[in-house]
Amino acid sequence: MRGGACLALLAAALLAWPAPAQEAVAHFGSAHDPHPLVLRTTTDVAVLSPAIRAFLRDRPALGLTYEQWGSNALYDVTQADCAAGQAGADMVISSGVHQMIRLVNDRCASAWRSPATATLPADLRWRDEIWGISREPAVIVYNRRLVPPEAVPRSRFALLDLLRPEGTAYAGAVATYDIEESGLGYLFAFMDSQQASTFGALMETFARTGAVATCCSAEIIDGVGAGTYRIAYNVLGSYAALAARQNPDLGLVLPSDYTLVLARAALLPGPAGPRPEAGALLDFLLSGPGQTALAQTNLVMGLSPDQIDPGDGDLSVPIRLIPLSPTLLVAMDPAYETRFIARWRAAFGP
Amino acid sequence: MPDAAAQPPAATLSLSARLALGITALLVVGGLALALAAFAYGRTAARDAFDRLLVGAANDIASAIAVENGQVVVALPVSAFELLALAQDDRIAYQVRDVDGRVLTGYPDLPRPPEGARFYDAPFRGEPARYLRLTRRFAERAVSGSVEVTVGQTLRARTDLAYDITRKALYGLAVGGIAMLALALLVVRSALRPLDRLARELSQRDPQDLTPLVASPPREVAPMVGAVNGFMARLDKQLDILRNLISDTAHQLRTPVAALRAQADLALSEKDPVRRARAVERIHKRSLSLGRLLDQMLSHALVVHRTGSIRRERVDLRDVALDLVEAGDHPALAAGTRLTLAIGDRPVPVLADPLSLREAASNLLSNALNHGHPPITIGTSVEGGMHLLWILDAGPGPSDTVRAALGQRFQRSAASSGQSAGLGLAISRSVAEAYGGCLRFDPVPGGFRAALVLPAEGGAS
Repeated sequence: MRGGACLALLAAALLAWPAPAQEAVAHFGSAHDPHPLVLRTTTDVAVLSPAIRAFLRDRPALGLTYEQWGSNALYDVTQADCAAGQAGADMVISSGVHQMIRLVNDRCASAWRSPATATLPADLRWRDEIWGISREPAVIVYNRRLVPPEAVPRSRFALLDLLRPEGTAYAGAVATYDIEESGLGYLFAFMDSQQASTFGALMETFARTGAVATCCSAEIIDGVGAGTYRIAYNVLGSYAALAARQNPDLGLVLPSDYTLVLARAALLPGPAGPRPEAGALLDFLLSGPGQTALAQTNLVMGLSPDQIDPGDGDLSVPIRLIPLSPTLLVAMDPAYETRFIARWRAAFGP
Repeated sequence: MPDAAAQPPAATLSLSARLALGITALLVVGGLALALAAFAYGRTAARDAFDRLLVGAANDIASAIAVENGQVVVALPVSAFELLALAQDDRIAYQVRDVDGRVLTGYPDLPRPPEGARFYDAPFRGEPARYLRLTRRFAERAVSGSVEVTVGQTLRARTDLAYDITRKALYGLAVGGIAMLALALLVVRSALRPLDRLARELSQRDPQDLTPLVASPPREVAPMVGAVNGFMARLDKQLDILRNLISDTAHQLRTPVAALRAQADLALSEKDPVRRARAVERIHKRSLSLGRLLDQMLSHALVVHRTGSIRRERVDLRDVALDLVEAGDHPALAAGTRLTLAIGDRPVPVLADPLSLREAASNLLSNALNHGHPPITIGTSVEGGMHLLWILDAGPGPSDTVRAALGQRFQRSAASSGQSAGLGLAISRSVAEAYGGCLRFDPVPGGFRAALVLPAEGGAS
C-alpha cells in the first residue's frame, strides 16, 4: 500500500528531526522544492493524503511537508509563532475549531478571498480568515455483536432509556471522550451543553452507570470494535466510518434528536499575508474535486455513499453545525473551561 | 468680407446653458454637502447601533459575575458573545478584573480607558476597536469593591454600516438630483419661450412693417421690446421724412423744369435776336430760381436730418444773433440796408444744434429782407420763461390769411414772385418744433416781429 510506504518514509524522517513536537511528518510532491508548503494539522496523514495528492498532481514542482500534531500542541505552537511574528506553517487545519477561532481573534491569521471561499455559507467562514473544509458528524458507535438491533439507541433519549434500568448490562460499557484529554471531546461537550437539556441528564446517567471517559477517537473506536465497550457516545463520524470499513462489527448512528457536525477549520497563519500556494491549496480543498477527495476518506459527510452504514445512517436528522463564530471564544476562556471541566469531572469522578 | 454684416453677431453662452450650469453647480455643491452630512450621520448611527451591542454584552457578562466561597467567579455567558457576534466579521476583546484590579479572565493586555470614559476607541491587537468599560459593585462579607468588565469590538461592521447608510442616502440623493435637474431644465425652457416667440415674430416680419411689436413680453424683457419698438418708430419717422422729401422734390421740380423747357423751346424757335435774347434772359432767371429752390430743399433736408440725429448742446441765442449780424453776407441783403443788434448782457441759452439754429434764424432774416421794410433789428429776449430770437422789421407784416399759412412748406405769397421756393419758414418751423419750441409772428408797434421761441435750457436762467 502507498500509505504504508509513506509511513516508512515518515519513520525515517522522524529519526532525522531533532526534537519535534509533532506526532508525525510526511513529505508529498517534489522532493527538490527548496520551499515546500508546510501544512500543520491534527488530521491523520492517511485521511488527508488523497486530497493532498490530487492537489499536487497539477503542480509537479511543488513540495509539501505534512506535519501531524495534537490539537493542543498545534494551538500552542501556532500561538507562539504568532507572538514571535513568524510563520511556522503555511496552512493550519485543526479539528479544535474553538482554538482556531481564538487564533483568528488574536490576529494570527491572514485573509484570503477567492470565488471558492465566497461560496461557503456564513457559518463556515469568519472574517475571510478561517474556513470550514469538512463536514464530520459526531455519531454514536456501537458493537453489532453486543447490542441487539432493537436496542440500538437512535437518539440521546434512547441512550438515556437504555441506561436507566437498575443493573443494566450497559453499565460500565459506554465510552466517551475524556474532555480534559481531548480537545475535540471538550468542543462536542461544550456544544452539547449549548444545545439541549439532555446534556445534564446524560452527564448524570454516565456518572451513575460508570461510563468510561478516555482519550482519543482511535482508542474509543478500537475499544468498541474489540468489544471492550458496547457503545461510544459523540465519536467523530469520519474516523468511525473509516474503521467500520475494516470491522463489520462496528455500527454508526446519527442521533435523531440532533447531530453535531464539525467542520475542520483551516487558516493561513503568518503576519506577511498568505503564500499564494497555500491559498491555492485552500481553494482546491473547497472546490468540487477537493471535496470529492475529502469525501473519499469521509471528511465530507453526504458526498460518499459508503461513509455511513446504510442500515443505521439517516442523513435526514437535524444537523447542528458547529459554527465558525466568535461565540466559540467562550469555550477558550480559561475560567469557563475550568468550571466546565470541574463540573464534568464531578460527574465522572477522577 | 462682404458677408460679415449679414452674419448674426457671435452668440455668447445661451441663457439655458448658463442656467443649466448654475443649477448643476448648485446641485453638485449641495450634493457634496449632503453626502458629507449623510456620512457623518451614517457613522453616528452605526456607532450608536453597535454601542448598544457592547452595552448588552457587558451587562450580560456583569450579571454573570458571582461570589462563590469568598471568591469572585465569572461564568462567561455564551449569549454575550452571540450578541457581539451580530457584528459578523468583528473580533471580540473582553476582560474581567477583580475588585483588587487583578485580571480574572479575558485578554490581560487590553488598553485602559481614559479617565472617566465609558466608551473609548483604542486598538485591539493592531486593529482599531471600540471598547466599553463598566463596573459592578459588590458589598459582601468577603468581597467589597467594583468588578470591572471591559468589552470591545473591532470596527468592520460599523464601517460597513456607515458606508451602507451613506451609499443608500447617496442613491436617493442622485435620483433626486437628476429629477431636479430635469425639472429645472423644463422650467428654464418654458421661462425662455417668450424670447423665442419674440425672435420668431421679428424674423418673420415683412421688411416694410415698422409697426410696434404686439407680443406682450414678460416684464424682464419689456424694456428690450420697448427699445426695439422705439427704434422702429424712429426708423419709420426717418423713412417718412425721406419719402416726403422725395415726393416734394419731384413735385416742386416738375413745374419749374417744365417752364424752363417751354421757354427753351420758345427761344429755339425765335428768329428775332432781341426777343431771343429776352427769352434767354428769362431762362437764366428761371434756372437761378431753380438753383435756390434746390439749395433750400437740401438745407431743409439737412436741418430735418440733423435735428433727428445730432446731439444737442447748449447754445446762447445771443451768439446766433451776433453771428447773423456780423456775417453780413446774406444773399438778400441789399447794399445800404442796416441791421441792428438788440441783445442784453445776460446769456439766453437753449439746448439745440447751433448749425440748425443758425439756418432757422437766417431764414427768418431772409424773410424779413424779402418781404419786410428796413430798418431791420435782430434781438434776443426772455418772455414767459421761453427764450426768443427775433427779427423785427418796420413793415406792416403779411395779411391775416397769409400769416395763418406761414411756415407751411411751399407757401409762396404773391410777393415772392418766383424768387423763393417757400421753404425758408418751413425750415425755421421744423427747427423750432424739433427743439420743443415754435415760430411766432406778431405785429408790434412800429413793425412786425417774427420770433423763434425755444424753451430755456435747464431752467438755468
